Amino acid sequence: MTQTVLTESESPRSILDARPEHSADSPISVHAMTVAYSRKPVLWDVDYDAPSNALVAIVGPNGAGKSTLIKACLGLIPRAAGTVEFWGQSYKQARSKIGYVPQRESVDWDFPVSALDVVCMGRYRKIGWCRPVTKHHKLAAMDALERVGMADFAKRQISQLSGGQQQRVFLARALTQEAELYFMDEPFAGVDAATERAIIEVLRELRANGKTVIVVHHDLQTVPEYFDYALLLNMRVVAAGPVSEVFTNKNLHKTYGGRLTLLAEASEAVARAAGGN
Amino acid sequence: MRPGGTSVQPLIEPIDNASEIVKVLTLHGGFNTNAVILGTTLLGIAAGVIGAFALLRKRSLTADALSHATLPGIAGAFLIATALGYSGRSMPVLMLGAAITGVIGVACIHLILQHTRLKEDAAIGIVLSVFFGIGIVLLSVVQTSKTGSAAGINHYIYGQTAAMTRSDAYLMGTIGVIASLIALVMLKEFMVVCFNEGFARSTGMPVWLIDSILLGLVVLITVSGLQAVGLILIVAMLIIPPAAARFWTDRLWRLVLISAFIGGLSGYGGAAISAIFPRKPAGSVIVLVAGSLFLVSMLLAPTRGVLADTARRIRLRLLIARDHVLESLYEIELGIANSMHPHASWWLIRLMSLRGWIKQDPHGLVLSESGREQGKRIHRNHRLWEQYLVSYADIAPTHVDWSVDQVEHVLSDELIADLEAALLERGISIPASNGGRA
Repeated sequence: MTQTVLTESESPRSILDARPEHSADSPISVHAMTVAYSRKPVLWDVDYDAPSNALVAIVGPNGAGKSTLIKACLGLIPRAAGTVEFWGQSYKQARSKIGYVPQRESVDWDFPVSALDVVCMGRYRKIGWCRPVTKHHKLAAMDALERVGMADFAKRQISQLSGGQQQRVFLARALTQEAELYFMDEPFAGVDAATERAIIEVLRELRANGKTVIVVHHDLQTVPEYFDYALLLNMRVVAAGPVSEVFTNKNLHKTYGGRLTLLAEASEAVARAAGGN
Repeated sequence: MRPGGTSVQPLIEPIDNASEIVKVLTLHGGFNTNAVILGTTLLGIAAGVIGAFALLRKRSLTADALSHATLPGIAGAFLIATALGYSGRSMPVLMLGAAITGVIGVACIHLILQHTRLKEDAAIGIVLSVFFGIGIVLLSVVQTSKTGSAAGINHYIYGQTAAMTRSDAYLMGTIGVIASLIALVMLKEFMVVCFNEGFARSTGMPVWLIDSILLGLVVLITVSGLQAVGLILIVAMLIIPPAAARFWTDRLWRLVLISAFIGGLSGYGGAAISAIFPRKPAGSVIVLVAGSLFLVSMLLAPTRGVLADTARRIRLRLLIARDHVLESLYEIELGIANSMHPHASWWLIRLMSLRGWIKQDPHGLVLSESGREQGKRIHRNHRLWEQYLVSYADIAPTHVDWSVDQVEHVLSDELIADLEAALLERGISIPASNGGRA
């Protein structure tokens, strides 16, 4: 039901502007993507081509759909409309070249595993079904822990780590995926200064090696210092491009503008019509 | 598979003297008794292994709904088999029926969750009770029917090892071994899905398939344990061993092993005890053994156990009381305080002089050399933290005392160094480490 409503709202626009097709050399190219969470649209008609070999910040207020955008790109939540391509390929084809750092709060840290166990999970796809984690993969995991400054904590149970250390373990796990494109969901949220330095160092190292990293970021102050590109998001793309161009007061005001936007109101209306809240 | 015979002789005879008890426990109680005890032990091990993953995937209550939803399948399979002229009491037939309605029950939970706004607890409660209700109605039909062999069917509710044949026991044991092996081979896949489903899916793992395999294993355990444990209590064999094992370890593979051990011990103990006292339903005895092991684990396990936790807390409280006494004696020496801290009870003073922190002197209590060092350190930590709170956290100087009293004892050396750096950075004078105020 929701889908019909949204597809209908699509049609007039696609007549109005002929939008670019997916670009094959962009690490990720999102076209006309709309996403709804339990009948309520949270992202409307997103078009975005990420540059390669860059650090990209996704910024926007709470509920702007930042995490949702990442999850929809990774196929973790269904898209109501639109397409996503990675280097001109589908997600399935490109999956081995994509790494992911979920939000730290999304897991139960009392889970009975060590930091090393968690990092090894990044290798499971390479290891294959029902095969044990071999020494070779454990060494790769140790190497990743070393890169985030956590080698001394490899044997620790994860609940004994501080929030920042847990975040670095997640980062190390993504590093073992040896990807070309990384998605990171709020890696800087609530971390200590040492962790923030470690993460930004790793990000720069990745960029120096030609990778692209797309980061959901909360701290507007550090955007110009840490990132090359920004995607300003509030249920739709407000602006996207080099930080120096798009990170302007006017754009930020449009993104964070105090009043409920018409989009948010429309979302509520769709949810209500679909028998929602 | 048992031939079409309809009457069942209890294979385990009542035993009432002590040497017989020892014989049963040491597997010298006769071939049939041994088969049942061995089968139940293997089932317990398998339930421990698979239960560990079900618990970590937070699916334990789904397993409960599943086991209750097997009753209509058991009664239905009996009715259909009898109507077709077969023996309604054939174990594989009943297990098949049980598995079918059990899975339908779980499917109903998923349908309710997908299409309504009900939460999981409500969905589980509804499915569990409605399916069990249907089962009871069908069971009453079974019991009023003229087939003489109907009587045994209600054993599946509470479990009755005494009614088991040797082949039933072998079937149960074999399924247990196979299910455990599958779970162990897939340890890695289960681990990542239980810990971080989103990440697993992002790497292309078919989470639905892994969940289905886990569900399939739970179904296997449930239906093969119906006869020995009964459908009401079988869920206990899936929950209690891993919950108890969690107290002993924080590594997954060790958790699985300990859980298997506790499950196996419960199965063995329960089957043996109910072989010695045949009127005790095996299911409840197994659960009572598991429950006792859980209680022991909860109380006695090092680090995660309740007693260890309490001991740690008492130790910390003693440490804080000791620090307070040392601090106030030190401050009395410096002349900035003139009364003893209220924590100074007579036995604490006694304990501290035994440990050589303080000495009794004609004028009263005085610090020993080591006690003075300690008092100086605490006094300084107190000042540092106080100044930090006042200058960084904007807390009024009159309000800092309580929070300082809690924190000063747990400050690590690194944290103290950080505090000093933070205060120096703001140009705030810090107390010199050689005591007194700077």
